[in-house]
Amino acid sequence: MAGIAVLCELQGGQVAKGSLGVLEEAARLGAAIGEPVTAVVTGSGLDDAALADLGAHGAATVVAADDPRLGAGLAQPVVDACAAAQEAGQYRYWLAGASIMTADAMAGLAARLGAGIVIDAVELVADGSDLVTRRSGLGDSVLAHCGFATPVGVVVTRANSFAPTEGATGSAPVERIQPSFRSWSEGVELVGHEDAEDSGPDIGAADVLVAGGRGLGDAGGFAMIEDCAAAFGGAVAATRAVVDAGWYPYSAQVGQTGKTVSPKLYIACGISGAIQHKVGMQGSGTIVAINKDKNAPIFDYADLGVVGDLHDIVPKLAELVRARG
Amino acid sequence: MRIAICVKEVPDPSAEKRIDEGTNRLVRAGENTLNPYDRHAIEAAVRIKEGPAPDTEITVVTVGPESAARSVDRALAQGGDRSVHVADEAAAGSDLLGTARILAAALRRDQYDLILLGQQAADAECYVMAGLVAELLELPCVTQAASIEVGDGSVTVKRQVETGYDTVRAQTPCVVSVSDAINDPRYPPLPAIMGAKKKPHEVLALADLGVDPASVGAAGAGTRVGGLSKPEGRGDTVLIEDDGTAAEKIIEFLVEKKVVA
Repeated sequence: MAGIAVLCELQGGQVAKGSLGVLEEAARLGAAIGEPVTAVVTGSGLDDAALADLGAHGAATVVAADDPRLGAGLAQPVVDACAAAQEAGQYRYWLAGASIMTADAMAGLAARLGAGIVIDAVELVADGSDLVTRRSGLGDSVLAHCGFATPVGVVVTRANSFAPTEGATGSAPVERIQPSFRSWSEGVELVGHEDAEDSGPDIGAADVLVAGGRGLGDAGGFAMIEDCAAAFGGAVAATRAVVDAGWYPYSAQVGQTGKTVSPKLYIACGISGAIQHKVGMQGSGTIVAINKDKNAPIFDYADLGVVGDLHDIVPKLAELVRARG
Repeated sequence: MRIAICVKEVPDPSAEKRIDEGTNRLVRAGENTLNPYDRHAIEAAVRIKEGPAPDTEITVVTVGPESAARSVDRALAQGGDRSVHVADEAAAGSDLLGTARILAAALRRDQYDLILLGQQAADAECYVMAGLVAELLELPCVTQAASIEVGDGSVTVKRQVETGYDTVRAQTPCVVSVSDAINDPRYPPLPAIMGAKKKPHEVLALADLGVDPASVGAAGAGTRVGGLSKPEGRGDTVLIEDDGTAAEKIIEFLVEKKVVA
């Protein structure tokens, strides 16, 4: 086993920024442990010239799997492509920045290879000639140093953990492989896609975000969130759950499949705090959470947690803020 | 149809958690609870049974110590018909792959049309169990379902991805993990809670499933925790209960932090 493979995801025809960041991190780590880095790209109708540019982000080689079955963004055909790359390259480590697709693909690959898998890694560290991950745990109160006991190790890094360099240049040779697809990998088909409507206000620029989740009870609950946000001179954010339920527009959604925000103040109202929400707002300055469920995971990473009924607290908070002028 | 739901008992998020420095494992002593995300999967199954497929049988499947029976009962009270609980000391210390191997072995004993999971476990924030289990069972897999429509020989799932919403169709049998957007789980009424204990429970050891103990548990783990450190960043959470003055206390806190003037 030799080398580090990085699964790079295409989003809207471009390699995702998260993938480029992980690729660069892999290159730094590869230099430290003496392992070359291969970028693995899957898709349909791939352009070799564009793929060669991944050399600018640390890839020594690019392996491309090009097939119509890889063009729908479904994870299981990508497992077959990664398995084909593994057969040819015998990599020691597989890395991917977390996305809906890559996390599932890495899980499938780990199961196929019998490889240990670490998810939610926030740092990658060289330990002699080995890779050790720092995996966040217990509501981010501890970092577990996780290495591997299997010949191959698979790592999914937390979304937004590694940012790529802008304006880097370089080129890498591109090799093409043809995966063979398993019957179960072809058992899911994409039958429809709607682009998300993203025409609302830019919540990324707000200093204060007041965010609403399922705990609001219904769409009408957003009236008090809007009022509170206005009192703070801020904007309104929402969780995936309420956006999917049609309570609030997608443009306000914070999370892995939404916006990444870092306001000075984030007030989470009726939000449980699933990881897919956390990765979108953990960079906020101060986090206040209001939830009637004392078990809500968001209390693990809020600065101030208030167990109580947001319907009582939020309007009063807005009133007090206005009274202060 | 036959539906299996994989559930997990997790430490109560409000209880103090720690990692044992000798074994580097999460100390699960104290209050435990059913993973809250699993409740969405149970609710999704119950709605299939109440709606398009009334002859549905719902099986709750878990891996965990015998004490996890309480969470199994909690899941059954929400609408399960029977349970399969793999309780074996050799399973302790299983990592993600080890847990997936045990779940897959337990699921292989019966023919299920649909295997459901919650989107993640609340304790370790693991969101890849569906992908692991599906590959071991060689079944199609869809994660993060925001809706499930049952068809003839397939399920149609709507899910949010980075670029918008995908609608996908998966042939059954298949594995689906549901997002917390899919439904608002009901709390079971008291008689259902009382009745859960009387439903059929099967408690199995690894040997009953033909799982090699060396492939799971601490011995078979593919990952090794070599140490722990304290991350930089947030300090402890100040947690208060609203006694009618929570809004004032939030303002005081924000003034102290110099977030508001």
